[in-house]
Amino acid sequence: MSRRNFVRAVQAVLVCTVATVSCVRNPPPVAPEPPPPPPAAEERPGPAPRLEPEPPPPAPVVPPIEADVDIVSRDLEQLNRESPLRPVFFGYDSSDLDGPGRRVLEDNAAVLRDNPTWIITIEGHCDERGTAEYNLALGERRALAARQYLVELGLQGDRLRTVSYGKEFPFAAGQDEGAWAKNRRAHLVISDR
Amino acid sequence: MIRYRLAFRRLPVLCVTFCAGVLVLMQARAPSALQSPPGQRSEVDLIIGDRIGAQPTFAVPDCLTIDGDESVAEAGRTIAEVLWDDLEFEREFRMMARDVYDTIPRARSLTDLPLDRWRELGVDGVVSCEVAAAGDGQLRVTARLFNTRSRESAFGVEYTGSARNVRAYAHQLSDEIHRRQRGLRGVARTKISFVSDRDSESVLGLVENRQTKEVYFADYDGANIRRVTVSRSLNTTPSWAPSARAIAYTSWRRGFQDVFVSHIYEGRLESPAGGSANIHNWLPAWSPDGRQLAFTSNRDGNPELYIMDADGTNVRRLTNHPSIDTTPTWSPQGHQIAFTSDRTGAPQIYVIGVDGTGLRRITFESYCDRPTWSPAPYNEIAYSSRTGPGHDIKVIDIPTSEVRQLTFGLGTNESPSYSPNGRHVAFMSTRGSGNKQIWIIGRDGRGLRRLTSVGNNEMPSWSP
Repeated sequence: MSRRNFVRAVQAVLVCTVATVSCVRNPPPVAPEPPPPPPAAEERPGPAPRLEPEPPPPAPVVPPIEADVDIVSRDLEQLNRESPLRPVFFGYDSSDLDGPGRRVLEDNAAVLRDNPTWIITIEGHCDERGTAEYNLALGERRALAARQYLVELGLQGDRLRTVSYGKEFPFAAGQDEGAWAKNRRAHLVISDR
Repeated sequence: MIRYRLAFRRLPVLCVTFCAGVLVLMQARAPSALQSPPGQRSEVDLIIGDRIGAQPTFAVPDCLTIDGDESVAEAGRTIAEVLWDDLEFEREFRMMARDVYDTIPRARSLTDLPLDRWRELGVDGVVSCEVAAAGDGQLRVTARLFNTRSRESAFGVEYTGSARNVRAYAHQLSDEIHRRQRGLRGVARTKISFVSDRDSESVLGLVENRQTKEVYFADYDGANIRRVTVSRSLNTTPSWAPSARAIAYTSWRRGFQDVFVSHIYEGRLESPAGGSANIHNWLPAWSPDGRQLAFTSNRDGNPELYIMDADGTNVRRLTNHPSIDTTPTWSPQGHQIAFTSDRTGAPQIYVIGVDGTGLRRITFESYCDRPTWSPAPYNEIAYSSRTGPGHDIKVIDIPTSEVRQLTFGLGTNESPSYSPNGRHVAFMSTRGSGNKQIWIIGRDGRGLRRLTSVGNNEMPSWSP
């Protein structure tokens, strides 16, 4: 191999290597967001764009076959993602149920009567303004207050577990009353059925 | 001014007799007494500095190394750097910055160093140290503390041990210097436990987007971070046992908050409070003798304080009030417990006897939590107090009820924990980056330093 060819070969290898490395270092973005739909043609200013003739729709090759009946198997994660149980919200540094909170729990009680095998965990949560330590107790009281009212509505206590997460697992980020209000809650999780 | 203190280890009676009066007489005899072989304590402690308490200036040049490879030389540098930081921490000595040491010729041996050059630089005491490989992964570290004016060695020590953690030699030497020179119990060998999301994983559970927090501990200076819990769940509020061999904390590893005790050097885990789906226990605090744990529990339908023996037996209720009672801390003698209660409408600090008598409120502010009783000889309680959007660390002196503030309004400052000699407070602050980090400040409000930087770190607990 001549000296020049050798140099070219080395260059080629280097280019390949750099290309590979840069590929490895910069993986393609995962599932890019779809671009916004283009504005309708008639809204565009200026001359109308040239329209391409639409290709004819392809003819169906075979008629579609009816699929098997879908059997929905929802695990607990899925069930909780679509949970019919609604959270109860609280005022600042309060574990008292207000009118709307009681109505939410009454609705939740109806759902639980319709699903008598469900066991739920009532999670007490707090906003970020208090201290982490005190909020563990405040969250506990919120969970206990919700549980107590569900028991008063006739639900069996052994279906109603509680836990306090204090301010450890906020639902809304942000440092304003909008976020704080969302985070002061008793959150109902279906933990068994 | 040079002062001598007799410390005849084998002759305590003589020591008591001589200590008061013969300081000057001993001056002439001191050097011979100091020429004891390495590894034995010299019989006379020489105190460098003024007797009226002005800070003497110390220097810690790199340790000399003997027949070592590069790792031994590295150990020599590390020991000197860490020792400098350790001595700086307690602020008993004025530490001469290490970057001016280049102007001083290197020592020819452990005992042959250019003391006049150090003296000209304004240094009163020089730590002379020597590191040698002792075979089998062992190091031998020999150190002397020299007075640059009298040219005498205040004391000499020799340590032998594993080369695995060379910082430990510096920490032990620092504690030795503080003890001998200032009568101070140093904290260079203590640890700080904390909660961190640095290895954050998803919590095992039914709700998405929840990240774990685990319990860790580090040396008091933030080095050597080790993980305590591996639970794929939330773990908070660590509390060191007085034995320094166990950490109690709150863990949600069984789906609800319960008190766990990790015996960290034995790999043993206990849950003495016996929690269940509807009985929750959290925020454990060891009694000073390590025999009992105070904690918060909902077992009677409301957050109240309880005390149990460390094995979980003999549970007794301490508070009884329809509002929240939580976050206990023991007085140094173990006779009283300070805690947080919102019985007047907002969280405030209260003190109660361990027998349930003598309840009294001690803070009158907008929102106070996480009281931490200082070790003796101080009798004060550090706590976090709302001062604006966030909280600041304050300290209340128990005898006088005087309050002083240690932090001033940067981010939020919470969860104070005293060093075992009471001279520093570790706490969580969001100052700077907005992330939660562990910081340390002197109990006089001076000497702020940051301990952690990776992820969020909070709820420090300083080991004994």
